[in-house]
Amino acid sequence: MKLEKKDILGMKDLTVEEINLILETAESFLEISTREIKKVPTLRGKTIINLFYEASTRTRTSFEIAGKRLSADTINISASTSSVVKGETLIDTARNLEAMNPDVIVIRHSAAGAPHLLASLVKQSIINAGDGAHEHPTQALLDMMTIKEKKGKIAGLKVAIVGDIAHSRVARSNIYGLSKMGAQVFLAGPATMLPMDVEQMGVKVYNKLEDAIVGADVVMMLRIQLERQKQNIFPSLREYSQHYCLNRSNIKLAKKDVIVMHPGPINRGVEISPDIADDPSYSVILDQVNKGVAVRMALLYLLTGGNE
Amino acid sequence: MMEDRNIKIVMDSDGIDRCLTRIAYEILEKNKGKDNLVLVGIRTGGVYLAERLQKKLSGIETGKIPLGILDITLYRDDISTSNKKPRLGKTKIPFSLDNKKVVLVDDVLFTGRTIRAAMDALIDFGRPKMIQLAVLIDRGHRELPIRADFVGKNLPSSLWEAVSVNLVEKNGVDEVVIEEGT
Repeated sequence: MKLEKKDILGMKDLTVEEINLILETAESFLEISTREIKKVPTLRGKTIINLFYEASTRTRTSFEIAGKRLSADTINISASTSSVVKGETLIDTARNLEAMNPDVIVIRHSAAGAPHLLASLVKQSIINAGDGAHEHPTQALLDMMTIKEKKGKIAGLKVAIVGDIAHSRVARSNIYGLSKMGAQVFLAGPATMLPMDVEQMGVKVYNKLEDAIVGADVVMMLRIQLERQKQNIFPSLREYSQHYCLNRSNIKLAKKDVIVMHPGPINRGVEISPDIADDPSYSVILDQVNKGVAVRMALLYLLTGGNE
Repeated sequence: MMEDRNIKIVMDSDGIDRCLTRIAYEILEKNKGKDNLVLVGIRTGGVYLAERLQKKLSGIETGKIPLGILDITLYRDDISTSNKKPRLGKTKIPFSLDNKKVVLVDDVLFTGRTIRAAMDALIDFGRPKMIQLAVLIDRGHRELPIRADFVGKNLPSSLWEAVSVNLVEKNGVDEVVIEEGT
């Protein structure tokens, strides 16, 4: 079994079979991170470049660890310390990196579509590690892996995604992925944070958090992305948190065995109250991070190979 | 489809069972009992055989011998050059291998490349006192300096023949067949 695709650009392009293959492969990779020697020789001699034009802790570290645990050489480039500050364009950077013969380029960029542009220019595999407010497929895959592990399935579950939907690539990728896998997705957020015509993606949309999380199996809280908001689209963080913060009382509306997810970094007390974020009977936030390494190992494994 | 191929059954269910019984006794004889002994089955055929050996061993001497499952895909020597990606199975070795006598179990010993990969994987899990190899069929044609400690049956074969061990657990029937290639 092999992925026929050269690149992983978004959940929109992945089929149910491909998603299942990735998730099942990732499940087999989980065990490696529990070993004393956390390394297998599989990608010896392969080179992976992490090209990050935006800040990242989790995703970049996760890709780097994933590559290293597979014995690949991983190189990190962050825009702030690269020739980007000297005015080099993305295309020129890509062509120069291509000339050094890496096998996979992982890119995060603030412009939607940057990974797609790269994928059309270079022969290497491109993995989208987040492009603007567009997609973040590896996050959606690790979220689905976490849900599958905790709930035993994805199909038929009720998943509520709450917060700044319009600016969230995590939300978009999860809506595509979860809908494909047969889950029902419910969104909630202030009107200014809900993209227009989002119902066309097959989701139910509410303005009140309480309405969206009733009977939910999974509640996914999103971070308020102040860096992506061009102007103030809500009066204050304090007011936002009064209406959209998940806490001890409103979580009772969800199913008893609800799991609470967050892609991180969390703004404690803004979209999620600290006691929920830290409560292991609800929160699977650190499980998500743990699954992230396995999902990225699976993608690197499935995308690389010889030409025979 | 089956008719135009030349398929020969070289071992039936009773034959497989007798081989495993003998191997179980040989393992205990060579290791002077079951102290410090662990079994590791190589996915997928070796796992079922290792489970059967585990049962037989606990029938001869009381106490269960730990059993691990190993998928060698990530250690294959052709993984970076071949475009084929075998479906990755789970590895489960929920015990320490340090100072253990490990008996690797596989169905067919052929080129030896699988066993090389398996040994590399085992060393990543710890430092066994010793690694031994038990196989149901040794069909020859080694490409690496590897031999088995316990062999069910030596089956001289030609390179264009296919040797398969079918087991109830995955194929619904216990038999070893040799098939002429086309």
